[in-house]
Amino acid sequence: MARYVSFKDFDWALVGFVLVICTLGVFEIRSATEHTKFAGAHLKQIYWILGGLAGMFIMSLLNYHMLLERVHWMYIGAVASLMVVLIFGQKYLGARRWVKLPGGIHFQPSEWVKLILILAVAKYFAELHQRHLSWSDFIKAGAIVGVPMLMVLAQPDLGTALTYLPIAIMGLFLGGLHWKQAAVVLLLAGLAMPLAWHHLKPYQKDRLVSFMEPDADAKGSGYQVKQSLIAVGSGGLFGSSQESQTRLAFLPVPQTDFIFAAFSEGHGFVGAMGVLLLYFIVLMRLTQNAQTAPDRAGTFLVMGVVAVLTFHILVNVGMVLGFMPVTGIPLPLMSYGGSSVLFMFLALGMVMNVRMRRFVN
Amino acid sequence: MFGRDEKPSQIRLTAVQYMILVIFLVLAYGLWRLQVSQGDYYSAAAEQNRVRNVPILAPRGRIVDRNGRIIVDNYRSVTALLMRDSTRNLMVDADEIASGLHMDPKEVKDKIRRFTYTPQYQPIYLKEDITPDEEAFIEAHKLELPELDTIMAYRRLYPLKGFMAHVIGYVGEVSEGMLNQPRFELYNSGDIVGQSGVELEYNDILMGKNGSRQVLVDSHGREVGKPLEEKPAEPGKQLKLTVDIDLQIAAEEALGDKSGAVVAMDPHTGEILAMVSRPTFDPNAFAVRITSKDWSKLVNDPEKPLLNRAIQAQLAPGSTFKIIMSVAGWQEGIAQNLNVQCNGGAEFYGRRFGCWVKGGHGQVDLTKAIYQSCDVFFYNLANKLGINRIAQYATSLGLGQKTGIDLPQEVSGVIPSEEWKLRNFRQKWFAGETISVGIGQGAVAVSPIQLTRAIAAISMDGRLVTPHVADPTGLPSNYLEVNHYNEVKNVPVDANGWTLITDAMSRVLLPEGTAPSAHIPGIDIAGKTGSAQVVSLATRAKHQNNEDLAQNGWFVGFTPRRNPDIVVGVLFQGGEHGRLAARLATEVIKAYVDKQRRQPTGLADGKPSSDGKAEIGAIWTSPDEHGDREKLELGHLAVALPNKPRRLAAAAPGLQ
Repeated sequence: MARYVSFKDFDWALVGFVLVICTLGVFEIRSATEHTKFAGAHLKQIYWILGGLAGMFIMSLLNYHMLLERVHWMYIGAVASLMVVLIFGQKYLGARRWVKLPGGIHFQPSEWVKLILILAVAKYFAELHQRHLSWSDFIKAGAIVGVPMLMVLAQPDLGTALTYLPIAIMGLFLGGLHWKQAAVVLLLAGLAMPLAWHHLKPYQKDRLVSFMEPDADAKGSGYQVKQSLIAVGSGGLFGSSQESQTRLAFLPVPQTDFIFAAFSEGHGFVGAMGVLLLYFIVLMRLTQNAQTAPDRAGTFLVMGVVAVLTFHILVNVGMVLGFMPVTGIPLPLMSYGGSSVLFMFLALGMVMNVRMRRFVN
Repeated sequence: MFGRDEKPSQIRLTAVQYMILVIFLVLAYGLWRLQVSQGDYYSAAAEQNRVRNVPILAPRGRIVDRNGRIIVDNYRSVTALLMRDSTRNLMVDADEIASGLHMDPKEVKDKIRRFTYTPQYQPIYLKEDITPDEEAFIEAHKLELPELDTIMAYRRLYPLKGFMAHVIGYVGEVSEGMLNQPRFELYNSGDIVGQSGVELEYNDILMGKNGSRQVLVDSHGREVGKPLEEKPAEPGKQLKLTVDIDLQIAAEEALGDKSGAVVAMDPHTGEILAMVSRPTFDPNAFAVRITSKDWSKLVNDPEKPLLNRAIQAQLAPGSTFKIIMSVAGWQEGIAQNLNVQCNGGAEFYGRRFGCWVKGGHGQVDLTKAIYQSCDVFFYNLANKLGINRIAQYATSLGLGQKTGIDLPQEVSGVIPSEEWKLRNFRQKWFAGETISVGIGQGAVAVSPIQLTRAIAAISMDGRLVTPHVADPTGLPSNYLEVNHYNEVKNVPVDANGWTLITDAMSRVLLPEGTAPSAHIPGIDIAGKTGSAQVVSLATRAKHQNNEDLAQNGWFVGFTPRRNPDIVVGVLFQGGEHGRLAARLATEVIKAYVDKQRRQPTGLADGKPSSDGKAEIGAIWTSPDEHGDREKLELGHLAVALPNKPRRLAAAAPGLQ
């Protein structure tokens, strides 16, 4: 297979756009953490990006069909690793997300599980050959995503659990979901809302309440949103000269969750739109790769990545702009954080993988 | 296996692309709305936006005595701050600031320089405990020097000269180590908590909860408009102690500069009426922030001023232990019939044990052995009883274990037994060691509170109380569960034995006893002296002038001899003789009795004293040397008496 695959087919344009976004992120992280205890974070981010690039190249070399063949084992491994976290995980910030390995490394499986889920869903739908989804297929697909989702929910980590959802939705939609089935799901979701509300933790309830009414809690979760709006708004057209909100630490966690707000404050409408445009181009490019994929599995794979990426952007930027409640979901490629960066590059690696083999029979 | 055909519907793929476009348009619209159409509003909001959370400090609860007189209070301490989040050049203003705050301009500039690389929102703490005129300076220059601000904190105000320092304790910032303990889980770094004494033990009650005030601060750092939100502070609750200030003053004056401890207790309830330990320390040194130099001095002082000797000194009780021996001997039916010839010493197990009277006491029975403190009698008694029985009675009277007093870090003392020696030294107990235990030497070690409580129990026909310094009424249930304030155990003591022993003890202060010089006419005091050796007499003789090896003087006394109202225990370290300790104790007892009979004031019987004035003990605040800060003083106030004897007012309905 390797003979037919060359790096000419590597999507250099895509890599280029991605790196531009990453660079903007690094600069923003640097300016946001300059005088704080996080100073130097941008250097770590550069290491993560370089590591991610390496991972991406490696990932693109393995034939994705090989991965798909072994997806059953990987899925079992994913579920097992989530189980390990539930049993042995360390509590940090109220949730068991990590396991401490000997050597002091923290292992956070929920990101790896996302990658494996994309593969699993792709494989599942690739094997269905009907135009429309039967009920049993529908339920099976739901279970594939649902089981890990519930395990992450039990950590408890609502934010990350929700990021598994777009994978399922995209798969179902492209796999031929009937509008009747969609209606049933929505109905069930609607009925389950009160039950879900009951099970939410207090801080999660706080976040939803302050999302509805930011002024209700001016110094709690509502505070973050308020500060974000002020930061973004004061950016004006070309950016605020003082960048006071970020500089004086009124904007909380400017290097992670609220990096878009920090960027918007500094670069205004023009800069922010530019970043949105870059993300849009990346997504469109990815979709194009999906369309030129050699087979069904490849298409599902790429679209799975598109789904996750879009979801992240929607939720994070939406939160910054006040459309969405505060969650811990980072902005891909820009937010500071190793697992997010690595995940993105590995996912892009899988996309490259598919693209590079598009001419292969 | 993987069909190349049957790709997912192109329609659906395109639909996804359009969905993504729609999402981005929505986001773009959001951006537009915030940045372009409402941009000015948000810029202004950013200007005004600094919401500052100013804590409203909660004052700590006061500590009062059993009559409600204030012992510990708070004072208002103001600190001057330099805010750095404005655009002013601080170096230019440094000289003016320094002159207004009576500081060295170089020091101010140094501080500003040191903070250059820290985040701008962190203010510089310029000067703590500023005076009112310095406060006025800051206020008057709010426009010219807007970067100056003040923050107010409550600081603890303790009585001077270490009065009641060990019972009260002191406060300080909670340490890392403390935060890891479960009882301090809910506290934050920087909180001021009690570190010793009742400040520590009752910290949950005394410590209030800070409130907060949210204010808008503009880019110059000034407060703008009304506070957004105000959460009031919950002040700490007052703690009432069982201590009586008048008695405490008498006890402190009695012990004076001598080393040791005094404990005065109500034997019915276990309420502590006075507790002193010397040497003492000044808790006011901790109230601001103790310098590491002063702290090292306190901690490394060989006299150990931080030690509360009343509950933390465990020493050989000497002859005071003979009372416990007497109870043990009587209950076992041995002591009442024991008659011994004391010739100045006796031999046991091949060793000679001397009596403190070289010539001997002659024929001695239990009563004489007590008031004359004959060692030979008690050697014999100890030999007959054996260590295990002695240990049994001693522990039933509360020795060798903590009393459960509501102060931290009490010691448990040592009552030896065969089992104790096996467990700690893996050796057999030799019968010869029992002999010295009989006179309260050897392996026995007690603390003043334990001894006081044991003697109190004997004086009360076996009623063993739990000593406490805090008044349990009004305490929350979690304290009542842990400290059993009103718990009383009954130790069986034969009524005849009790009568005989207390009668014998009342002769100790008569001419035939060991402390006649401590006798006070008109007051029936029963007690027992003790002179406890620290090293053997032979070694002592070799080091004649070494004060550290001097004997400890003990005395525990009570009045009246039956059903007493008060028990006082005194440890006089280096006091050599028990009778000196006895004199200290009887001074305290006299103060108590005088107060009961209201002797010095003469108010109760309507008779004015000669100069028409009466003295009462009190604590009040007064300005200190610089005239600007308050401190607590204690002493006596002269109160003018009315010339005519006053008619007592008729009780209002409903009042007693």
